[in-house]
Order: sequence, then C-alpha cells, then structure tokens
Amino acid sequence: MKEEILVSGRMNDLIDPQLNIWHWEIPLYLFLGGMAAGILCIAAVYYLRGRENDYKTAVRITPFLAPILLVIGLLALFADLRHKLFFWQLYTNIRLQSPMSWGAWTLMVITPVSFIWSALHIKDIFPRWDWKFEWLNEVESFFIKHKKILAWVMLVYGIILGIYTGILLSAFNARPLWNTSILGPLFLASGLSAGAAATLLISKDKAERKQFARVDLVLIGIELFLIIHMFMGFLASTQVQIDAVNMFLGGPFTMSFWIFVVILGMIIPALLEFLELGRFYIPVIVPAILVIFGSMMLRFIIVYAGQVSRWLY
Amino acid sequence: MRYAMAVDTRKCVGCSDCVVACQTENNVPIGFCRDWVVEVMDGTYPQLEIEIRSERCNHCINAPCVRCCPTGASHFAEGGIVLVDRNKCIGCGACIASCPYDARYPHPAGYVDKCTFCLHRIKEGLKPACAAVCPTKCIYFGDLDDPNSDVSVVLKKRKSKTLIPAAGTKPQLYFLI
Repeated sequence: MKEEILVSGRMNDLIDPQLNIWHWEIPLYLFLGGMAAGILCIAAVYYLRGRENDYKTAVRITPFLAPILLVIGLLALFADLRHKLFFWQLYTNIRLQSPMSWGAWTLMVITPVSFIWSALHIKDIFPRWDWKFEWLNEVESFFIKHKKILAWVMLVYGIILGIYTGILLSAFNARPLWNTSILGPLFLASGLSAGAAATLLISKDKAERKQFARVDLVLIGIELFLIIHMFMGFLASTQVQIDAVNMFLGGPFTMSFWIFVVILGMIIPALLEFLELGRFYIPVIVPAILVIFGSMMLRFIIVYAGQVSRWLY
Repeated sequence: MRYAMAVDTRKCVGCSDCVVACQTENNVPIGFCRDWVVEVMDGTYPQLEIEIRSERCNHCINAPCVRCCPTGASHFAEGGIVLVDRNKCIGCGACIASCPYDARYPHPAGYVDKCTFCLHRIKEGLKPACAAVCPTKCIYFGDLDDPNSDVSVVLKKRKSKTLIPAAGTKPQLYFLI
C-alpha cells in the first residue's frame, strides 16, 4: 500500500500538533452574544408589531438579560486577547473585510442599545424606581419618544450580531469545517432559539409560554434543517471538507455533537414543547434549559472541532 | 516589486541550519520557530522517495491573515511581504486561525509573530538569514518582477510547486521539484 509519512520540525506552542489558539472564551462569547442577539431581536419584533401587551415578558423583562450576557461575553473576549493593552486598536480601525472588525463595531452599538432598552423598562422590575436626577428623566423621555427607532436599531444590529458570530468562523478557509456560509444562519437560528427559551423560562403567562414554545419549535426545525443542509454540502465538497464532516459522522466529535447538540439540545426539547402544546403538563424549565445548553454546546463543539480540521499537504 | 522565495527540495538535506539562523537573526523566543523543515516520505518499500522542504510564511498574494485582521496589524509591506505591526496587534488569534499553513505563532509577549523574509536585511542589500546561511545553497530569494533575480532565473529553469494552491491564497514560496 502506498503510504506517506510527514515529519515536521515545527513545534510551536498552541499551533502544533494541532491548532489550539482559541479556548473556552471564544465559544462562550459566541453563545452569549448569540443568545443576547436572539433576545433583543424577539423583543424588537414583538414591540414593532404592537404585541407588547400580549408578550410582556419577551418585550419588557427578558431583555434585562441581554446587557448582562453581553458584558460577560465582552469580558470573555477581552480575556482571550493576548496583547490586551492594545485592544483599543479595534476602535481606531474599520476593516470591512474582517468579520471581527464588524463584530467589534456592532457590539459598540448593540451593547448601549441593550442597556437603554433595559433602562426604559426598569420600572417593571422595580416599581418604585426613581432616576433621582432630572436630566436622567429627560433622557428617558427622549428615548420613550423615539422607542420605535430604537427598536429598529435593536432589530437590525441584533440580526448582524447573531449572524456575524457564524460568519466570523466561516471566513477562515484554512479550517474546512468552518468554511461554510451556513454557519451564519445556523448560529442566528440557534441564538434566536436560545432567546425564545429564555422567555419560556421567565414568563409566568400561560398564553405567552405557549407562543414561545411554538416559536422555539419552529426555530429548532430550522436549525435541524440547516445542520443537515450543512453536512450534505460538506459531503458533496472537496476531500478536506469530507474529512471535516466525518469528525461528526464516526469521528472524534460524533458522540458529543449528536448527544449534546442534536438529541439533548434539539430533539428532546422539541418533543417536550410539542407535548406541552398538547394536553400534557411539562415543567417548562426542562426544555428551556436544554435548548440553552444545546445552543452553548453547538458553539463549543464547532469552535473546537474547527481547529482540528485542516488542509493536508 | 514582488518578493518571492524558492526552495530546492532536491538539494535540501534537512540540516535545519535555516531554522537556527532565523531564530538567531530574529531573536525568536526559545521553543518557537518562524521557519521549519518538513520531510515527506512516500511510496512503497523499498521504492521510497523523500522530499525535504524548508517551510515558512508563504507571503500570499491573497493572504487570509491580512483579510481577517480586525485592526490592520497584519498588512502588506513593500514587495508584497506580509508583516505584523506589533503596536497594532491585539493578539486575538484571527490570523493564526486563518492561515492554512499555520505559519504564525503567538509570541510570549502577546503579539503575533511570523517570518518577515528578513525585510531588515533585504533593505541593506542582504539575503534573508535562512537563504544566506544555507550550506547547500538551496534557498533562492529575489524579486519576481526582475527577470534576472536568482528566484526568477531558477523558476524559469526548473519545475516548481506551491503548497495547497487549492486554498486560493496564491503563495509566493515555491518548491523546486
């Protein structure tokens, strides 16, 4: 049998024997950013459609999670940087070809917007809240007057945030597993699904919970379709991409991906939500937590597996 | 101007002198390297063939690292040489993940480091350290736009290949076969 043995003298830390440059910080941020994007998009859509009173939790309460998730995500991103004191260079440069640059500028918009949106609804959580200073009251009434514009900004930048977390990875043609444009929509769908699950978790209103179980069900369906679509695309592509997808079809990531992401993160919660829509009583915490967990595992597995996949030469 | 390098895989003996010369010239931290030697053995015993390559950054024309860099720290310098500006690099690792040749490494000081084709030596009219020190003179360096440069002459005479042309990076490190 014809064989090939490759011996390399290179042994750079974090590069060899296989790339390990990104650890838990990046997938954690991709998950938190995606979930925050999902929460904000859902809030903006229902607000703009005038359904604020039907879905109070989704529009007014769940968005309080978004700034918290974004700040934790930003701290994780900062922890990942190796030349930390130069981080401000992100904001003195605009690089249109770099998804990471897009992401940095998107976060610069969506993070303050998420804080403002939460501040506008703070009286829902603390009824006796008082801004103390007159000018803060004026700022609040300014944003209440322009809430529609704020919601549109939140929707557009929420979608960009949700998609870019996938495009960030798909821009790397050096890692065949990441190099598919499906990752953008897949991460957006997964983020929206986690956002819907957050409302499912928090809401005490039965009708609202039913609605979000339905929304989540549709999103899980879209996710499953995109995953199958992605795998089919890989299998019909070049050898390196066939090798990449085989990591999930019998290779080292098979168990973790199918068990944690697909079965626990999608199929079981979809089944439970389906039963809940029927006559059965399901403790809503179970499918919601499972969806959020699956959404996180998807990021972790894709980021780690992507670093293993490579071109051979 | 278009700097390029050609390595003769039939003359290279894999002594790693280029590696040590680079580490010394460029003060590469212990345990890291900007260039390295790869030996590929293939065939069926006893018909075996070995190819030895001295590899480094390919200074691609369509460099994914330059495209992905969020701050513009990775950039094209004169002659198409891909450089990292240490005072702009935030150490995010995007360029490292984007390189199909894994030619970059995170410097312990935080920024990302890689082969510079010894631009500081080229400016003084010298060859890159690896090419200057090679005992079998198997590394050719020069300007592809100059038909009389070492690299243009040898690439005209000999058959050559680049690494992973399918990745679309248009590498400028040639291997004579």
